[in-house]
Amino acid sequence: MKILVLISNVPDTTTKIRFTGDNTAFDDSGVQWIINPWDELALTRAVELKEAGGVDKITVANVGEKSTEATLRKALAVGADDAIRIDTTANDAFYVAAQLAEVAKDYDLILAGIEASDYNGNAVGGMLAEMLDFNSVSAVSGIELEESNFKITREVDGGSQVISIGGPLVAIVQKGIAKEPRIPAMRGIMMARKKPLSTKEPVEGVNKTQMISFELPPPKTACKLIDEENANEVITLLHEEAKVL
Amino acid sequence: MNFEFTEEQLMIKDAARDYAQRELIQDVTERDEKSIFPEKHIKNLAELGFMGMMVDPEYGGSGMDTISYVLVMEELSKVDASVSVIVSVNNSLVCFGLNKFGSEEQKHKYLTPLAMGEVIGAFLLSEPEAGSDATHQHTTAEDKGDYYLLNGTKNWITSANSASTYIVIAQTYPEKRHKGINAFIVEKNSPGISLGPHEDKMGMRSSDTHSVMFTDVKVPKENRIGKDGFGFKFAMKVLEAGRIGIAAQALGLASGALERATAYSKERKAFGTELANHQSVAFKLADMAVKIENARNLCLKAAWLKDNNKQITIASAMAKQYSADMAMEVTTEAVQIHGGYGYVKEYHVERLMREAKLTQIYEGTSEVQKIVISRDVLKD
Repeated sequence: MKILVLISNVPDTTTKIRFTGDNTAFDDSGVQWIINPWDELALTRAVELKEAGGVDKITVANVGEKSTEATLRKALAVGADDAIRIDTTANDAFYVAAQLAEVAKDYDLILAGIEASDYNGNAVGGMLAEMLDFNSVSAVSGIELEESNFKITREVDGGSQVISIGGPLVAIVQKGIAKEPRIPAMRGIMMARKKPLSTKEPVEGVNKTQMISFELPPPKTACKLIDEENANEVITLLHEEAKVL
Repeated sequence: MNFEFTEEQLMIKDAARDYAQRELIQDVTERDEKSIFPEKHIKNLAELGFMGMMVDPEYGGSGMDTISYVLVMEELSKVDASVSVIVSVNNSLVCFGLNKFGSEEQKHKYLTPLAMGEVIGAFLLSEPEAGSDATHQHTTAEDKGDYYLLNGTKNWITSANSASTYIVIAQTYPEKRHKGINAFIVEKNSPGISLGPHEDKMGMRSSDTHSVMFTDVKVPKENRIGKDGFGFKFAMKVLEAGRIGIAAQALGLASGALERATAYSKERKAFGTELANHQSVAFKLADMAVKIENARNLCLKAAWLKDNNKQITIASAMAKQYSADMAMEVTTEAVQIHGGYGYVKEYHVERLMREAKLTQIYEGTSEVQKIVISRDVLKD
């Protein structure tokens, strides 16, 4: 059993977002990069499954420039056995999925975070399954290995559904797949240096989308406090300023 | 000169930060209030490799450098100095000395479980009448042929109750004064050892501090560290390295306080605008940041010297004295920026201030550091 965990390299979740080039590009100066939180949970679950036995190897893969290698090495420190970086810029879900398909075809189970915390694309996992003609399940919050199948728990409106499905499988995972992302132990950090991190040239592919512009949400306005005696003013403000009444 | 951290050092710092911000923060206030020992956290930190960070991997350690240790101490101390002092004592005062000066048998028997965090250790030097003045040890270790007989009392012992392995400094030949002192590995459950009551401290209340009494405690000869009479030198070597850990702890208390004060001053409004827009507050933050950066540089320089096997006596004394005094100032200012909220427990800064006070006292008071530094300045 071989598991592939797809790793997206995203800005730290506390990053102050800015744009350059007339709001057409994300300004990445001074940004701290981390493993996409959903991918980190997926990796944690993969490591747990390996520790429980029955998994031979965990590989992590990322599409990105050399600067994303620190993120991959952290994934190795957490417990992946090897890492693959496809050396190209990841700017479109279809293009990324096409790159990953080349690597992913040899694996029994592929774990993809339900979305990346940068662009919230929510697309790569599904596209990848289609390209490879693999089974795929989304909104996965639990995964167990059975003799020849995977026992999957997925979130449905108001409850959860348990299914059994064969491989090869792309599981698009969300919160709940692991309790908390695993903190790498020092031993893991030291071992990460010795684990293989290979680079692959990109295959030909197309970007199906093009970024036109970004827009920040309007800044939060301050809370208005109204004296008890002027309670009626609330109605006036809701009507005239907020225009909801 | 290179100020860049390695990828591993940054990963270790992140691991410490993640653990502190995610786990330690959860129960730090309750543990402080009720003086609860952080057993679960110490176990988790041991699994992550933080209890024997700098010990050789062949003895169960993580084999990291002192730079990484400074980064870890800073991150843990931003949230919880009680946990970080337990980590510091185990790493710098217990594991470091055994790793450097212990015999092969001592390393296998005692260092390995300490470095793996299966047990924790305590360092017993201070006495009711000998704290900073470590040359006057009243605890005696009488040479009885194949064993030593220990008698006396040690004070202010961090982890005294939770530790399984003690490093005890005692006098074997009083007439030789400090040259007659020895250091011993003593198992805490040895007959004749008893503990004083849990000290009810001002800060670092979640670490357990006791006095320890020795009454005719037999210590096997093979548990003496180094040659006969090596104890004082051993203690000094261990303490000068240990100062780096406490200096980094003080640094963390200050930088934790600055992080909180900065966040608060961006949220809280007074006179119609955020506190940060008042120059009186903004300049305080600037002063704090400069002092913290000074301390960080002193700590990292001392760590670098140690990693490169150079003299650290003065550098570690400077790092500790400056960082400790700075932490007291900076945490006090953080309380001031918080105003009334700073004086209540919910906002953490009052605890950081109480904890900072101890960094000026233990492992050599600021005054003792100044003795070390001034002697060097004045030497011919």
